[in-house]
Amino acid sequence: MPAIVTEGVVKTFGKVRALDGLDLEVDEGTVLGLLGPNGAGKTTALRVLTTLLKPDSGRVSVAGIDALARPDEVRRVIGVSGQHAAIDEYLTGRENLVMFAELYQLPRHKARARADELLEQFALEEAADRPVRGYSGGMRRRLDLAGAIVSRPKVLFLDEPTTGLDPRSRNDLWSVIDDLVHLGTTVLLTTQYLEEADELAHQIVVVDHGKAIERGTSDQLKARVGGESLRVVLAQLNQLDAAVAILRRITTDPSNFVVDARLRSINLPVGGIDALTEAVSRFRAADIELLDIALQRPSLDDVFLALTGHTADHGAAQ
Amino acid sequence: MNADVRAIVHDGLVVTRRNLLRMKRVPDVVVFAAIQPLMFVLLFAYVFGSAIKVPGISYREFLMAGVFTQTVAFGSASTSVGLAEDLQRGIIERFRSLPMSRAAVLIGRTSADLLNNLVVTIVLIGTGLLVGWRMRSGLFDAASGFVLLLVFAYAMSWISAFIGLSVRSVEVAQSAGFIWLFPVTFVSNAFVPTAGMPTGLRKIAEWNPISAVTTALRKLFGNTNDQIAPMNRWPERHAIALAVMWCVLILVTFVPLSVRRYRVAATR
Repeated sequence: MPAIVTEGVVKTFGKVRALDGLDLEVDEGTVLGLLGPNGAGKTTALRVLTTLLKPDSGRVSVAGIDALARPDEVRRVIGVSGQHAAIDEYLTGRENLVMFAELYQLPRHKARARADELLEQFALEEAADRPVRGYSGGMRRRLDLAGAIVSRPKVLFLDEPTTGLDPRSRNDLWSVIDDLVHLGTTVLLTTQYLEEADELAHQIVVVDHGKAIERGTSDQLKARVGGESLRVVLAQLNQLDAAVAILRRITTDPSNFVVDARLRSINLPVGGIDALTEAVSRFRAADIELLDIALQRPSLDDVFLALTGHTADHGAAQ
Repeated sequence: MNADVRAIVHDGLVVTRRNLLRMKRVPDVVVFAAIQPLMFVLLFAYVFGSAIKVPGISYREFLMAGVFTQTVAFGSASTSVGLAEDLQRGIIERFRSLPMSRAAVLIGRTSADLLNNLVVTIVLIGTGLLVGWRMRSGLFDAASGFVLLLVFAYAMSWISAFIGLSVRSVEVAQSAGFIWLFPVTFVSNAFVPTAGMPTGLRKIAEWNPISAVTTALRKLFGNTNDQIAPMNRWPERHAIALAVMWCVLILVTFVPLSVRRYRVAATR
């Protein structure tokens, strides 16, 4: 049974159609990555799913509950962790968690026990009794996430969970999210980081202008953009023609050669890793000197560019 | 108690405790909230008071009821700042995604601010006694006076809650929450008798809720006489009933308004 379903969800703010018929389906126990630039409608979608916003039309079901008809019941089975850690700066980590647990209607003693458990699980024991103001960005996000899973939600919504974190904190948070998924939690996360979707999501939905414009696994999306390519950079410009002649025999598609004389580089589609070893040995035999040679897989960035006509970064900068 | 009411009380208490913990962590807020009325007492008692004559009673005795009323009115403005801050930091949005009572955040805020006002009132009682203010009524009347004062403080907090949820930033809340209180508290009988005011202004001053509460307190503390509050004028004669009416009117208007604002505030 799918844990999250949306059908034809539309939400307008004045003249802006923030959501323009969004369809989503997330299977229980899986992670869906909602990928898109700022303003694509990701956050609006999340707010509709977490009962904070009523859509103009469409159907929304979370954990089998009609979210538009019975939002109170949905709130009992979901956890939400936002873009900006929504925790109280002046309270300690422990006090924040006890408060959230009590607001999820746990009795006091159970709330305390649950807070202890989460502080340990999220490696926050040492800082537990210090006010959150002194926490690092990574610690705040971990605490925020801990607050979101206080009631062991069936469905967890994460809005750009690692935006603004350093690589180490990001990895820490990713492994925490991974653990939750292994325990059976369904996760819907929005992200601008293609790497994050790549790392965490079983399924990726690319959103632009309030609509899903593509969906699939990370590999499927990459395959749709094209296969692997070889990038060669020569040491000397006068060997460029000779190099192109050699590479024509290796490529899978001679019409897709990209030669840049200024950079002394050649890009060509190839069939796999064998093409790399073959190219190296042929270049050696022909005495052609290389600065660099590399096999490249398309990144989700390429996918994004191909699908939306602009890169994720470009969107984020607006 | 039915389940809904129990949920509101439970969640309201959780949020109240959170706000009180914040006050404990940042005691400066309460300290400065207490310094301001202290300054008012000293300024009015020794500076302005030296030039203000009220008939039949010392100015300091006349003054204190006014300072109590003005102080809790200003103190309630912290409700708008607190809510605007929670709104801006995304805490309200977080609360709204929890299976908790809709009114609890507002009840928690206004209750904590009420306790803040209570602390300030106690400081003020001490200051008043030091500068020569005395309660000349019975214990029951005096206690009723303080209950009325706190009910008024709580009612004012709900106006403030509505303002805090309507503005878009803490900075705006900081000025918007206070600015309207200056004319409202000063065009009243809190600091000077209204007799000398121009007629139009005097009418406003006489019916002002601040005046009603101030006159009621003067009566309940025994700090008044017939020249200050002539019994032949309705607002003076029925000051206590009028003050209670004002509190009820403010609450029945601003509680539902604020709760409705709360529902939409985080969705902007």
